[in-house]
Amino acid sequence: MIAIVDYGAGNLTSVKKAFDWLGQSCAITSDPAEVQRAEKIILPGVGHFSATTALARSGLQKVIEDAIGRGIPFLGICIGLQWMFEGSEESPKTRGLGLFQGCCGRFPASVKSPHVGWNQIIILHSSRLLRDMQSSFVYFTHSFRAPIIDVTTACCEYGGPFAAAVERDNVFGVQFHPEKSGEFGLRLLNNFGEL
Amino acid sequence: MLTKRIIACLDVDAGRVVKGVQFENLRDAGDPAELAKAHSESGADEIVLLDISAAHQRRATLLDIVRRAAKELFIPFTVGGGIRTIEEAAAVFSAGADKISINSAAIENPLLITEIAERFGSQAVVVAIDAKRGHHGANWEAFVQGGRQPTGRDAIAWACEAESRGGGEILLTSMDRDGTAAGFDCKLTKAVSEAVRIPVIASGGAGSAAHFTQVFREGQADAALAASIFHYGFHRMSTLKQQLAADGIPVRWPC
Repeated sequence: MIAIVDYGAGNLTSVKKAFDWLGQSCAITSDPAEVQRAEKIILPGVGHFSATTALARSGLQKVIEDAIGRGIPFLGICIGLQWMFEGSEESPKTRGLGLFQGCCGRFPASVKSPHVGWNQIIILHSSRLLRDMQSSFVYFTHSFRAPIIDVTTACCEYGGPFAAAVERDNVFGVQFHPEKSGEFGLRLLNNFGEL
Repeated sequence: MLTKRIIACLDVDAGRVVKGVQFENLRDAGDPAELAKAHSESGADEIVLLDISAAHQRRATLLDIVRRAAKELFIPFTVGGGIRTIEEAAAVFSAGADKISINSAAIENPLLITEIAERFGSQAVVVAIDAKRGHHGANWEAFVQGGRQPTGRDAIAWACEAESRGGGEILLTSMDRDGTAAGFDCKLTKAVSEAVRIPVIASGGAGSAAHFTQVFREGQADAALAASIFHYGFHRMSTLKQQLAADGIPVRWPC
């Protein structure tokens, strides 16, 4: 079973709907015990970086860190990806998981923010999450972005390049919304479900 | 490069998709869930469903239609019409919408924008503005209740306020152009687009591919929305996107 972690930030229905359509068993949950038992974990998220403080308060963060340590596949979406870095300018006092080096920053003033809409991602490295997939258009909606580092598997260009997807071992993150990115996104979620 | 979005709009009345001219003379165009899916498959970048009867009859959005349409829709899905409270918004989100669009309720109670944005994120709040040119043609007035009631509010000033209160996008409909197929109001779109930093969706007046090119170039729109030209098959999404690409407009094509 895939646990879709509910920490009170936004709407998780569309992620569940995508897995239902793919025929993969999943459940939206805020119960640390249920997350601990999950075969795979997804941390979606929209809204503000500071919302991730709820994860520490509720005990979910500890359970997630423990699961990642045990090699349980973990996918962070949007804020979920940003949370895997050290932090974000959006909320300097909130610490991320620090799995990946660097902090998330703003877009330059030369482009409109938030970055909303379909943009093309370029696949940089071979990736298990993006296996057998070509560079494509995907749907973004965010005001902050993660830097490109060694684990970046796909990048996107908007006021400069930024990380669209990251991957190391069984830890995955995407800045875009696969559940809203048509067929490409469904294939990505299916790849995750089949890991 | 970030592409310009083409949004297919479904105006729903009594459970059916309808389309009128300048907000009147409605005629039937089909089942909302089926049309949403068909538009998505043909290459629409986004779907907007507006319950046009809801605002003036004060009834809740048709949640079962939203649920049915959302089930097989894997592109962004916005729902509007008659959402007046955070509870009503929450119900629409849990039925499967990604964003909600608010119009009359936002003008009556601008705090609603902030309230929904704080709970669901700004990206989930689309503030819809129905704007009509003033007598002197120099400014635009915001209307509510499905275009039935003037507010005395300047549409551009209201767009700025909506942004500052947490709105994530502006859905800007020109009432003068709605349903006329005479082209988008590029002046109105440009004025709002220059006044705010959030994306502006131009709506009202789409009749040809050239109109879309115009509103992206001259109107500086981030997205353009149309209803009738897609429902009645005057335009195939593929033809439209190919034409836009040929004009040098960045679009998601092939999808």
